[in-house]
Amino acid sequence: MDGAAMMSAASSARKLPQRDVVIIGLGWTGSILAEELTRAGLDVVAIERGPWRDTATDFPTTYAQDELRYHIRHELFLRPAQETMTFRNQPSGTALPIRSWGSFMPPNGVGGGGVHWNAETWRFLPSDFQLRTHLTERYGNGIIPADMTIQDWGVTFDELEPYYDRFEYLCGTSGKAGNLKGAKQAGGNPWEGPRSRDYPTPPQPQPYGPTLFAQAAKEMGYSPFPQPSGNLSQAYTNPLGVTLGPCTYCGFCEWFGCGNYSKASPQTTILPSLLRRPNFEARTLCEVLQINLDRSGKRARSVTYVTTDGELLEQPAELVLLCAFQLFNIHLLLLSGIGKPYDPGSGEGVIGRNYSYQTTSSVDAFFDGKNFNPFVASGAIGMCIDEFNGDNFDHGKLGFVGGGYMGAVQTNGRPIQSTRVPSGTPAWGAEWKKAAAKYYLGSYEAATHGSCYSYRDSYCDLDPTYTDGLGRKLMRITFDFHQNELRMSEYLTDRLAEIVQKMGPSHIDKKPRKGPYTITDYQTTHTCGGAIMGTDPKTSALNPYLQSWDVPNLFVMGATAFPQNAGYNPTGTVAALAFRAADAIVNQYLKDPGPLVRI
Amino acid sequence: MKSSALAGLVFLVAVGTAWADTDPQSFDAIEQGRYLAEVGDCAGCHTEPGGKPYAGGLALATPFGKLVTPNLTPDRETGIGAWSDDDFVDALLKGRGHDGERLYPAMPYPYYTKMSRDEALAIRAYLATLDPVRNEVVSNQLPFPYNIRASLAVWDWLFFTPGRFQPAADKSAEWNRGAYLVEGPAHCGVCHTGKNVLGGDETSHALQGGVLQGWFAPNLTGDGHSGLGGWSVEDVVEYLETGRNRVTAATGPMTEVIVNSTSHLRAADLRAIATYLKSRPGQSEAPKAVADSEPAMRSGKAIFIDQCQACHSPSGTGLSKMFPALKDSASVQSQNPANLIRIVLQGARAAATDAAPTAPAMPAFDWKLSDDEIAAVVTYVRNSWGNAATAVSSGQVKTQRKALAEEPD
Repeated sequence: MDGAAMMSAASSARKLPQRDVVIIGLGWTGSILAEELTRAGLDVVAIERGPWRDTATDFPTTYAQDELRYHIRHELFLRPAQETMTFRNQPSGTALPIRSWGSFMPPNGVGGGGVHWNAETWRFLPSDFQLRTHLTERYGNGIIPADMTIQDWGVTFDELEPYYDRFEYLCGTSGKAGNLKGAKQAGGNPWEGPRSRDYPTPPQPQPYGPTLFAQAAKEMGYSPFPQPSGNLSQAYTNPLGVTLGPCTYCGFCEWFGCGNYSKASPQTTILPSLLRRPNFEARTLCEVLQINLDRSGKRARSVTYVTTDGELLEQPAELVLLCAFQLFNIHLLLLSGIGKPYDPGSGEGVIGRNYSYQTTSSVDAFFDGKNFNPFVASGAIGMCIDEFNGDNFDHGKLGFVGGGYMGAVQTNGRPIQSTRVPSGTPAWGAEWKKAAAKYYLGSYEAATHGSCYSYRDSYCDLDPTYTDGLGRKLMRITFDFHQNELRMSEYLTDRLAEIVQKMGPSHIDKKPRKGPYTITDYQTTHTCGGAIMGTDPKTSALNPYLQSWDVPNLFVMGATAFPQNAGYNPTGTVAALAFRAADAIVNQYLKDPGPLVRI
Repeated sequence: MKSSALAGLVFLVAVGTAWADTDPQSFDAIEQGRYLAEVGDCAGCHTEPGGKPYAGGLALATPFGKLVTPNLTPDRETGIGAWSDDDFVDALLKGRGHDGERLYPAMPYPYYTKMSRDEALAIRAYLATLDPVRNEVVSNQLPFPYNIRASLAVWDWLFFTPGRFQPAADKSAEWNRGAYLVEGPAHCGVCHTGKNVLGGDETSHALQGGVLQGWFAPNLTGDGHSGLGGWSVEDVVEYLETGRNRVTAATGPMTEVIVNSTSHLRAADLRAIATYLKSRPGQSEAPKAVADSEPAMRSGKAIFIDQCQACHSPSGTGLSKMFPALKDSASVQSQNPANLIRIVLQGARAAATDAAPTAPAMPAFDWKLSDDEIAAVVTYVRNSWGNAATAVSSGQVKTQRKALAEEPD
């Protein structure tokens, strides 16, 4: 079916009875919005492309820890044959379809990325939200490269704080406050913005590697602190009455579902309560094809979706919430003709604009006579420092802006992908085996998690050549790392290596991020931007409540809204923005449906 | 004390007589009937999977053959819409169908007989408010000779004592209320009292546990070893209300009872049930624990560490309201290890209730552990942390594995 055929088929879809709210995608943001809006009394239907996923049925502890099945063979992820995108590094290049996921892992199914994340639960820095203003005020306009398109978010840290708090108390996040209402707290992150209260549960107890790292960092004058973790240090019952168990440190978090009810996910925090609401319905294995507008083009009237047996259905609703993964949010907006597509030539248009990512790097260290027991692990157990994040350090003479947290996070000791050998070791054969055996227990990977700012030539649009199985144009990603990010990564990796050196290794390998960006090597799933929030409809697709400037009864959740990415994992901020949007919908929009911000 | 007990009695009698002339349109009567239908979990049996509530059609596998539950909605042809009040009262309290035939005692009329005529009519008033559902049910699908209802006269003569609940004058109003609920509408003994060869209650072992559908319905008496002796009244109340408590989580057929019935009951009624159950006599001697040096105990411990302790904790204490404790657990130390073996083989899922909405589950180990390994680990948990119970043989596991494989879903 080509695009035109699909559109005409879509118009013949069987029309279903009107509902108050239709949610596209039932991951973290879809679940949060569904919970908030059903509690407010609205009738909500969620349409999810992937299958239903349930802890007991889908991640039983008897086989959930299977690296081959889940990590190598991508069990929990979307199949590229169902939907993929094309990629190129430069606007001058030819984009080709991604046929096997590499750099990032698009989620699939109920719970979305919340099922297979590492549960590193961060807040961004206050200055991150006013990035352009902050940098200009501190350093003058000249510090921002001409092609860098960073923007302020239109929301401040203080405005977002109550919603960060909501998410942390939903998840039971384990951590230690560093700044309670402005008062610095020993042992926490001194650089964090003022928080209204401490984390709901104490930090996870640290294994040997992070303990050594923290000692070394402290001796160098830094302030190490435990990484905030959604893998819980102790059992916790959240405000919805849903109980999570304590983490058992099995080390199968990222890429895996948690069978012990210990990792915060929609399944372990929201869905058990949501499913009991008579005004909630989920339809799984149903793929939304497009959002349909009325004749004015300013109002979403319905979504069209297709079931696995090919039936086309139209679900009308008063309110449409686009809660799919970041990339698919942009794709659906482009396919639905909502908002002006971004044109890198003129710099005009908003859909596809400011696509960004994350700049990660690592230092591998090899020790003689040390045993780190790497298999005693959880996705977010570790000690970090924040001295080199955001603008916590003087960038005046460094030749770059941005930064990231760095630390020793003991995520896993899995045999296939986490076996490290020192540089210079043959890639296979007896020598490799010897080194792998020698260093399985005695090596350690420390990492930096750097920001990635946005640029005029990094964007998404519809591919002119390739279509998906439903006849729709694939989305095209044009992205490369820029010198600013590569310099930042080199600087951060050097600082990290200094700390790691102090831990007493016999050998270290520094691995700063190098260009060009590769789509085939896994880095993180932190793709960002493409329908960003802001205060100006000319340079943003969404207002500060994540409401579409063009179609006020459409809200778009997720990292899609990030104008650029900070030096942290995004989920905490994605969830805080979703809670804030839900609050605005319930307490402002429902009383007076229409634009929440008028220009 | 005595005067308050007496006052309670007077109150019970007063409630009993206030409905002398039940008005089927009275909200109070309908509400009382709705509550009693919930206490009795009528919908539990009179609803087929995926079917309309109370429209019947659920096949009950009795030891004597298949019985299908009738339609209780007010449909005049296939339900009870055309029944007279007397028909309904006779069925509920006397086990007589509206055509005069005797009902099979899968219908727990030997318990319901403890209710008053007015209570029965309140239930009818409630059922009359349901939408009529047309659902033709052929109830009696038993093989010869059990399909001959005449034999039921003998059964009734042997095992059925009609008559309303008689409160004990020397007990508190709470105890009497609990006794009435347990022995009457809640019909706990249907599962929790052992049965003789004719399917009658082993009254001398009332509430000391019974076997059904391959599960062992545990001992509900105050027995300290395998009954409720180690549970406080609050523990029992929390269990019935939420499906779990500090030591355990309900599983098996009890999850339906909790979800459909007990989680909706008034807290005072749950307390009364707990008070009565804990007062019931039951004494079993704890056997001597199997020695740690036994090979099964040693391999059982190794299996426990690898497969079980992540949830149940190394000390067997589990996690309050999520993962059942194995230490001090009456059900783990039960004389009949059927539940324990079954749960390890098949896995089990707790009930989801408003108060505890997660329904945590234990995965199945039938594909992962052999009969010997399951026997060892079950023996280990039955005899560790102060627990003491008979060893389980691999033959017992083998038998149950076979029975479960043959059991239709």
